[in-house]
Amino acid sequence: MTSMTRILLAASALAVTSAMPALAKTFVYCSEASPEGFDPAPYTAGSTFDASAHPVYNRLVEFKKGTTEIEPGLAESWEVSEDGLEYTFKLRQGVKWHSNEKFTASRDFNADDVIFSFQRQASADHPWNQYIAGITYEYYNSMELPSLIKDIVKVDDYTVKFVLNRPEAPFLANIAMPFASITSAEYASVLEAAGTREDLNNLPIGTGPFTFVAYQKDAVIRYAKNAEYWGTAPLIDDLVFAITPDAAVRLQKLKAGECHLMPFPAPADIEAIKADPNLKVDEQAGLNVGYLAYNTTMPPFDNANVRKALNMAMNKQAIIDAVFQGAGQVAKNPIPPTMWSYNDAIVDDAYDPEAAKAMLEAEGVTDLSMKVWAMPVQRPYMPNARRTAELIQEDFAKVGVTVEIVSYEWGEYLDKSMEAGRDGAVILGWTGDNGDPDNFLSVLLSCASAQPGGANRAFWCNEEFSALVAQAKQTSDVAERTRLYEEAQVIFKDHAPWATLDHSTQYVPMSNKVSGFVMSPLGDFTFATVDIAE
Amino acid sequence: MIRFILSKLLYLVPTFIGITIIAFGFVRILPGDPVLLMAGERGISPERHAELSAQLGFDRPIWVQYFDFLGRLFQGDLGNSLVTKKPVMDEFLTLFPATVELGLVAILLATIIGVPVGVLAAIKRGSWFDQVSMTAALVGFSMPIFWWGLLLIIFFSGILGWTPVSGRISLMYFFPDVTGFMLIDSLLSGQKGAFTSALSHLILPSIVLATIPLAVIARQTRSAMLEVMGEDYVRTARAKGMPQSRVVGVHALRNAMIPVITTIGLQIGVLMAGAILTESIFSWPGIGKWMIDSISRRDYPVVQSGLLLIAGLVMLVNLLVDLTYGLINPRIRHK
Repeated sequence: MTSMTRILLAASALAVTSAMPALAKTFVYCSEASPEGFDPAPYTAGSTFDASAHPVYNRLVEFKKGTTEIEPGLAESWEVSEDGLEYTFKLRQGVKWHSNEKFTASRDFNADDVIFSFQRQASADHPWNQYIAGITYEYYNSMELPSLIKDIVKVDDYTVKFVLNRPEAPFLANIAMPFASITSAEYASVLEAAGTREDLNNLPIGTGPFTFVAYQKDAVIRYAKNAEYWGTAPLIDDLVFAITPDAAVRLQKLKAGECHLMPFPAPADIEAIKADPNLKVDEQAGLNVGYLAYNTTMPPFDNANVRKALNMAMNKQAIIDAVFQGAGQVAKNPIPPTMWSYNDAIVDDAYDPEAAKAMLEAEGVTDLSMKVWAMPVQRPYMPNARRTAELIQEDFAKVGVTVEIVSYEWGEYLDKSMEAGRDGAVILGWTGDNGDPDNFLSVLLSCASAQPGGANRAFWCNEEFSALVAQAKQTSDVAERTRLYEEAQVIFKDHAPWATLDHSTQYVPMSNKVSGFVMSPLGDFTFATVDIAE
Repeated sequence: MIRFILSKLLYLVPTFIGITIIAFGFVRILPGDPVLLMAGERGISPERHAELSAQLGFDRPIWVQYFDFLGRLFQGDLGNSLVTKKPVMDEFLTLFPATVELGLVAILLATIIGVPVGVLAAIKRGSWFDQVSMTAALVGFSMPIFWWGLLLIIFFSGILGWTPVSGRISLMYFFPDVTGFMLIDSLLSGQKGAFTSALSHLILPSIVLATIPLAVIARQTRSAMLEVMGEDYVRTARAKGMPQSRVVGVHALRNAMIPVITTIGLQIGVLMAGAILTESIFSWPGIGKWMIDSISRRDYPVVQSGLLLIAGLVMLVNLLVDLTYGLINPRIRHK
């Protein structure tokens, strides 16, 4: 070995072993993607929210850790009027804003900040609506807040009233979502005066558990503990995101001690991670569903018995075993079992090729050939759509149905699969935004969403089902809503617009030294409660 | 010489215009619509789709969009990313030094290993060294970069623990970007151990990126040397009783270098292509990874302007190679 090689090796060994600093407690998270920006309002990616909304910001109401229940956030309490049209929030007092080189807040968080945060998204005329040219607020729009919120009234500095156009039970869950994070109105005016408005998106100021320190594009994001945090202060001093897009490399970094925790391991690696004495794995059923949506407007798929027969021909457990390598469960309902109102009394159509064949014959369906669409991308609810489609193809062949598998580029796939008169059944899925059953049943299966621009890819419009879901949206009585959703699921099963395929399991591998990490059913990664053993 | 340079520059004009058309057209020929991709599984109403398209300027005829792009280009405006909303030029300048640093180290590595190996293989033609090195070069030339990178990570970082897995420097070092070149910035920072950390992070990615160019350079040097070694003037030099080192070093190598330099110049394009995969594996924040992300999101402004910048740079490097060629070989510049 030459002396140069020796020096290089020694240096690199030193660099690796000293990767973790000794002084401050630094927690390193190997995140999967770069954030699009640090203002949560205009973006939709989970990786963006993990880097912005969760460490830096708070919402009026928050999801209780590890659940989809609502708890107080920047609002200490709230009251809902009898008719469900007015929500009055009492704001928390003494909440400090972060500061940075350009900004030190002269006042605490108050009602002006709440109004600023919502109005800039709501009104195209608001001076901050287009603070960056071409910016849009997709979540605010897709959660239908423009038509829902009639007015936001400042009652006093610490009381804000939201006036709605209609009663909407998921309203609180909607404003607990990342896009509804509260930003500082005072910071905005300081940036305005300095002529650097885009810094609202580059150098975020929030009230959250961590303050933003620096972002090196596509490489590293740094945060420091917010010593003045209104909630329980974080146990770690520094939080670092090491952006590592490749799952295999993330795992190597975790093993080498270059990071403490990673998202989205490859399903094939789970067993090896579990066997590693230095690592542990948290797991939880994901709040998602993968499905095969028939085109219920086209014969013979407009016949519910044909759809049910095809569902019976499908060996869903084989899909879970082969495609998910066991990291999932067979779905029988359109909502996941971890969600409230899941109707466990429903019995799935059992796998029975003989009965399926007989049923198809009874409906006069012979020599059927159909297309099955396989998505070109991986999603948490569907790691390999092509393989899934191949398994379905084999199963259907056994009952005399010939399947041709088709696929398109992702954007085109999403577009063409919503075209009226689409030929074939589509593999797709959904991950919940806010834990409310309405976010699945109404978005994916209502009559309204069967229109262009919706997401009802079965084009299934059942008046009774839609009426139940709409009714459930208007009452805030959870017991009543549960009853209505359970009933809706019975109708869904009877009509079988989809073959419900799977609910996947989510895994989070981490170092043994990590404690206090709580998995979120919504798939968020938050580190306010984590600690590392020295 | 000036006429030579001018004639070369003149060639660049139509090439550059051609590139603007290709860069603009390429990402639009790909199926997929950035607005639909933004909406994802949820879908988007036709009204909202039209509204967003209009806001982004996609509703205008394609040639209007092209001339708008060209017009802005001449004012130095490359547009803003659809995703991050930041100026494409800013993003490019932030990320480019990382790619250049990696590319330079890789091409340096490929040259200082590839040229001597090629020369030696040519001198000892048919020996075991020749056979082993040329077989290795063939393997290197056909190496699937993604697999190779991962293999090196698993072996050197995972099993042996000699090198860091990914990134540009250990996370314990934190200093502002001055030049964007980590080797320089880490020295400037004055932080103890920063430079060695940056260097150790460069080892694996530069080996991976250098693999294909190294193989090409070694093979090209060998064949160029073999050709030159058979020339009359080399035979004459030998006949005069000149020592082997002088024959090879002065008479043969200098002449053999002309095609080799061309090859090294052409490797810049190969490096850019290799950088895309290498950067993705090693979480290297450069323009390769940036382009891949932007293509999959159909971020039109980033893809078209990024392609243009990269193509412009490759053209520039090739121009420099042509000029160097002229310097080495007077016959070319006097033609």
